[in-house]
Amino acid sequence: MSVVLVDAGGTNIGSVRYALQRLGADAQLTSDAATIRAADKVILPGVGAAGPGMARLRELDLVEVMRNLTQPVLGVCLGMQLLCTHSEEGDTDCLGVVPAVVRRFDDMPGLRVPHMGWNRLVGRQPHALLAGLGDDDSAYFVHSYAVPPGNYSLATTDFGGEFSSVIANHNFHGMQFHPERSAAVGAKLLKNFLSL
Amino acid sequence: MLSRRIIPCLDVRDGQVVKGVQFRDHVVMGEIVDLALRYRDEGADELVFYDITASPEGRSVDRGWVERVARVIDIPFCVAGGIRSVDEARAVLHAGADKISVNSPALERPALIDELAAAFGVQCVVVGIDSLRDADGEWHVRQYTGDPNKTQALARRTLDWMIEAQQRGAGEIVLNCMGSDGVRKGYDLEQLSVARAVCHVPLVASGGAGTPEHFRDAFIEADVDGALAASVFHSGAIAIPELKRYLRAEGVAVRL
Repeated sequence: MSVVLVDAGGTNIGSVRYALQRLGADAQLTSDAATIRAADKVILPGVGAAGPGMARLRELDLVEVMRNLTQPVLGVCLGMQLLCTHSEEGDTDCLGVVPAVVRRFDDMPGLRVPHMGWNRLVGRQPHALLAGLGDDDSAYFVHSYAVPPGNYSLATTDFGGEFSSVIANHNFHGMQFHPERSAAVGAKLLKNFLSL
Repeated sequence: MLSRRIIPCLDVRDGQVVKGVQFRDHVVMGEIVDLALRYRDEGADELVFYDITASPEGRSVDRGWVERVARVIDIPFCVAGGIRSVDEARAVLHAGADKISVNSPALERPALIDELAAAFGVQCVVVGIDSLRDADGEWHVRQYTGDPNKTQALARRTLDWMIEAQQRGAGEIVLNCMGSDGVRKGYDLEQLSVARAVCHVPLVASGGAGTPEHFRDAFIEADVDGALAASVFHSGAIAIPELKRYLRAEGVAVRL
């Protein structure tokens, strides 16, 4: 099985690659359209802001390539947000393969943004990506923008209200947290993705 | 609900983990990767590595061990130590660190915080503050605390610096209360509570943990997001699984 990591400039690429290595998958880091199209699994990592993230994909001429993929795709953190239609962060149009708009967390008393730390994943609909997810399973989050709940939500998480922590639409999947930094829970979910 | 974080701090010197008392007289506690794996297995939520001699020696952090840690560790970790520029921060982040923490270099040149936040996002940027109460009754910032001979007391008030750091783009603040560090008499709840009131990003308590009750008090009374400790974990005086079960029983949200 070939797994590629789309090199969109995020600083967590190394960590995601090591996490895949620990699961026995040697992921190739690439920005080559043909390599991405030919892969069995495509992962779009990403740390940073939506605007620069999309700008990088445009520079690499990967916007249409990503939109037209038919194999399982996983966006991680910013990578998940880039799968959505639009992000409030820098008023950015994104890939639009998941019908969702990314919003900033509302200012609320006691809500410290960025949402940084471990928080619980609550499964909302059965999906192979969530196989084996337990009631008390938490993942590690670091983000200031989030996807509201919707039909695409596989799991949600509570931070001053529910937001989508795992999403899916057709072959496109997203995890708002960092599976590569979420200990055994993250390894389980990454393994589930590799098994899709 | 977001869990409160238990964060073992590993002070790194010459490739090994060391611990001193009130930042002095360091003794070797173990190898970096061994200790990192041990804490991961015990359920630490995050690790912080401080290259304590980097800033006093005017050099940046050694990236070799950052990459070794990143390969084996599947919980987040933050690296601190003499990071003076966006390029140095990028190298550490690309080596696999999730966050970088700046302290003395940000005091030398506060615009460093703005530059790091612009380059990597605020979520990567931690500002560490070493603080001590002076004769005037106010908390003031200390610089170059990794080397007692180079440590400087600054006129800058801790709370002023904490506010400025957030305005410049700090995504998290670690407040090292030096007066309570290493003596295990509890976190400085007074200072942390005052800091909490002006800190609108995640706040991590550091300095003084000796018992599980100290952690509970920091979370419940000072409302900190994370509690950092070193010697009680390195020595085995507090085991993280028992600590977390105790905290959950006391009503503190933790990851088990």
